[in-house]
Amino acid sequence: MHELAVCQALMTEVQRLSLAFPVTRVVLRIGPLSGVEPRQLQRAFEIARAGTVAEHAQLCIEPTPVRIHCLACDEAADVSVNRLVCPRCGGFRTRLLSGDELVLHSVDIDRPAPTPTGEHPCATPAAAT
Amino acid sequence: MCNTCGCNVTAGNAHLLDRAPGGAVDVLKGLLHANDEQAGHNRAHFDEHGVLAINLMSSPGSGKTSLLEATIDALRDEFRMAVIEGDLETENDARRIRAKGVPAVQITTGTACHLDAHLVHSALHELPLAGLDIVFIENVGNLVCPASFDLGQHYNVVLLAVTEGDDKPAKYPVMFRAADLVLVTKTDLVDALGDDFSLARARDAMRALGRETLVRTVHARRDAWIGPWTDWLRQVVEMHRATLRPAPMARPLAPPHRASLGS
Repeated sequence: MHELAVCQALMTEVQRLSLAFPVTRVVLRIGPLSGVEPRQLQRAFEIARAGTVAEHAQLCIEPTPVRIHCLACDEAADVSVNRLVCPRCGGFRTRLLSGDELVLHSVDIDRPAPTPTGEHPCATPAAAT
Repeated sequence: MCNTCGCNVTAGNAHLLDRAPGGAVDVLKGLLHANDEQAGHNRAHFDEHGVLAINLMSSPGSGKTSLLEATIDALRDEFRMAVIEGDLETENDARRIRAKGVPAVQITTGTACHLDAHLVHSALHELPLAGLDIVFIENVGNLVCPASFDLGQHYNVVLLAVTEGDDKPAKYPVMFRAADLVLVTKTDLVDALGDDFSLARARDAMRALGRETLVRTVHARRDAWIGPWTDWLRQVVEMHRATLRPAPMARPLAPPHRASLGS
């Protein structure tokens, strides 16, 4: 339900980073313990991107596993969202290694390649004449 | 400024592009960054006035407002309190709090299913923070969305009414993992539920989330029994005050040249 709000925050950040160039891809890393549902976020993105620099952008959501470290037996293990206990010794004193990420990882921007001379591209035609 | 030749790249923003060959900008930033920044600002605002902020979350109807009414009755001589109420519609909850003689600001979110840091910030401007000890933020009744939004509170308290069943922590792990304290409410009804609610099973479900969260039991109606909650509140208020007390400024025992200055 709150994925649209999350998506609006994402769009604000993407627009800021794009410097108004078209955005081709947005990569997020989302863990199941972040409370955000990737499928709903995908649908929210299709609505939120309309009329923005990310109008034709692809949204890639890299899911992260729920992984814990057991403080009792020093073991790391992948577990389910509501069983954050050590599968080996049953200990519940665990530390979350991954699974609660809600991270904007990268944004691909379609911007012109720098000129070989490193000159400002606007200046090139003027310099030729 | 145009969007094709790069003339909108300035000294101030070029670093965003320079470290990203191929047009990919690595960000690695929390998606709710703007909310989190505002939440940090709210927290600083609370701290500046020595106010402890507590975010109350639960399903609708698990007894948040009743708990607050009983809390005001029990602690009105000890603490100066105020409440920020979040609901989709109506002023009902704020009216109930005001009837107890405590300031309350109602935020109606319309269709939004949670409070965010910006909404709480605007509500803060309507409260006399300088004259308060505790601000309770009663979030929108919802076990999903409020867990993802930091408001600037110091503690999260999640209510679990016995009528909801003891497996709620397993069903809503994100919310219950966020809790600093779980209050099992409406415990005066537990006999009527037979085997439907077991406190031991609720504690096990909490432990399965890998947290040693405090679980306390209360009931707020009629002969309100909220001692475990008010004891916890006194404790966290004291802890918060201790962290805010300014540490004495360190200075050397024998500052150089003092003797030569004749002081």
